[in-house]
Amino acid sequence: MSESMRAARLEWERTPGFAQALSDLPGCEGLRSCIQCGTCSGVCPVGAHMDYSPRQLIELARSDFKNQVLRSRSIWLCASCYACTTACPREIRVTDILYTLKQWAIREEVHPPRFTVPVLAREFSSMVRARGRVTENFLASLVFFKTNWMAALGMWRLGLGLLRRGRFPLRLEGIKDRDSLRRMLDSAHATELQTKPAHKQEHKP
Amino acid sequence: MKISYFPGCSLKGTGRAYEESLIPVLKVLGVELEELEDWNCCGATAYLAVDEMKACVLAARNLALAEKSGAESLLAPCSACYLGLNKTQHFLREVPAIEKVTRAALKDAGLSFDDSLRVIHPLDLIVNTLGLDAVRKCVRQPLDQWRVAPYYGCQIVRPYSTFDDAYDPTTMDRLVEALGATVVHYPLKTRCCGGSLTGILPEAGLDCTRVLLQEALRRGANVISTVCPLCQFNLDGYHHQVAAQWGPAEIPTVYFTQLMGLAFGLSPKELGLHRGFIPMQATPAAAGSPRSKESSKGSP
Repeated sequence: MSESMRAARLEWERTPGFAQALSDLPGCEGLRSCIQCGTCSGVCPVGAHMDYSPRQLIELARSDFKNQVLRSRSIWLCASCYACTTACPREIRVTDILYTLKQWAIREEVHPPRFTVPVLAREFSSMVRARGRVTENFLASLVFFKTNWMAALGMWRLGLGLLRRGRFPLRLEGIKDRDSLRRMLDSAHATELQTKPAHKQEHKP
Repeated sequence: MKISYFPGCSLKGTGRAYEESLIPVLKVLGVELEELEDWNCCGATAYLAVDEMKACVLAARNLALAEKSGAESLLAPCSACYLGLNKTQHFLREVPAIEKVTRAALKDAGLSFDDSLRVIHPLDLIVNTLGLDAVRKCVRQPLDQWRVAPYYGCQIVRPYSTFDDAYDPTTMDRLVEALGATVVHYPLKTRCCGGSLTGILPEAGLDCTRVLLQEALRRGANVISTVCPLCQFNLDGYHHQVAAQWGPAEIPTVYFTQLMGLAFGLSPKELGLHRGFIPMQATPAAAGSPRSKESSKGSP
């Protein structure tokens, strides 16, 4: 961690236009108004495990260091507790900025393969798309087997405990009107593509 | 009083004890829950974090279904659902790009969003709408032997808290006191439980869980009261892994509705108390000597 803090950033490592594109997205408007006070880093419960603190991420992002930001471990560590967003004296929605960076990294596939967070996201969305609801124990098992089945085997104690306590449903939950839900998701996808087609290709490295 | 109710996926699975205790407790208080017909996943954190637009569409379907049914408020006990539904309302009001996509998607399913609904949390309903006097009247067995660490977690108070402070909420403190229990000073009450990181990035997630368990013990609590199925799951289900790495962390974590049910004289079984990994016994003394020794050793 300390190494990354000391590392010098060079002009040629920047991706001009990244900060502008980022701050144009919903939730990220405040990017440029950061005063680097570090309150976000101070209140972050997982800050100690990050390579860049939230404050550093904001500074890197608004200085166009796209690769450093999208490849950082920090964006995957955010547990969505919104402590930074609530505490920020400039009312920057730090959580939403991290969300946007996560989405960006998934889109450009710059995360390690079999990395759990995006795999969870993908399996989660396909389960919701197919059934309308999530059955957590099935989802978790699926994610573990797709990322690290050794770890999955290590979870037997938890799984068995849940089963014994009636907290491990053996049936998948689902809604009745799955067609309409799928129609909605498809429609959203189509409209989204129509409204901002540029955003997807514009800032490829 | 009848209220439209959005259970969310957790309350039908790993967090079913929350639903099992919520329904009878509200019944005692004269509130009947009507489950929203054909509700779908709220969009949850795993979705919201990586595809905000679709998460909003998912949440919006639920909001639209509830509005269509004529409900004025929608009760969302799970913190992630509460946040997701609230956040979607904010987005639909404030972010035209999301509003446009979501409205078009709703229209394709023959639904619409009229913004006529209030998403409420059971704590808000019980303490602020029904009132603590109503609660006190229903108490049959005061919880005078319990020292409760009130743990709110993050997502019901941040960032769209409508009924309490984002860092030092007191709604549950007052409720627990009304049940006759002692509230211990628990400054970590809104610190993150680790969320889904406990499973997927344990080195960071379990550390969050550990801090909460150890601090509750250090403060002399003998039970943690929570409002969120994920918090409950982490503090309760991962306690073995925390203990293996950091030492004793054994303290029951229950839903605040389970505490209410016990005080109202309902049976532990009916309240789903047997579903905890560290079960809460009828009295702290009955919880077994090793545990009480541990907690007293840890108290300041």
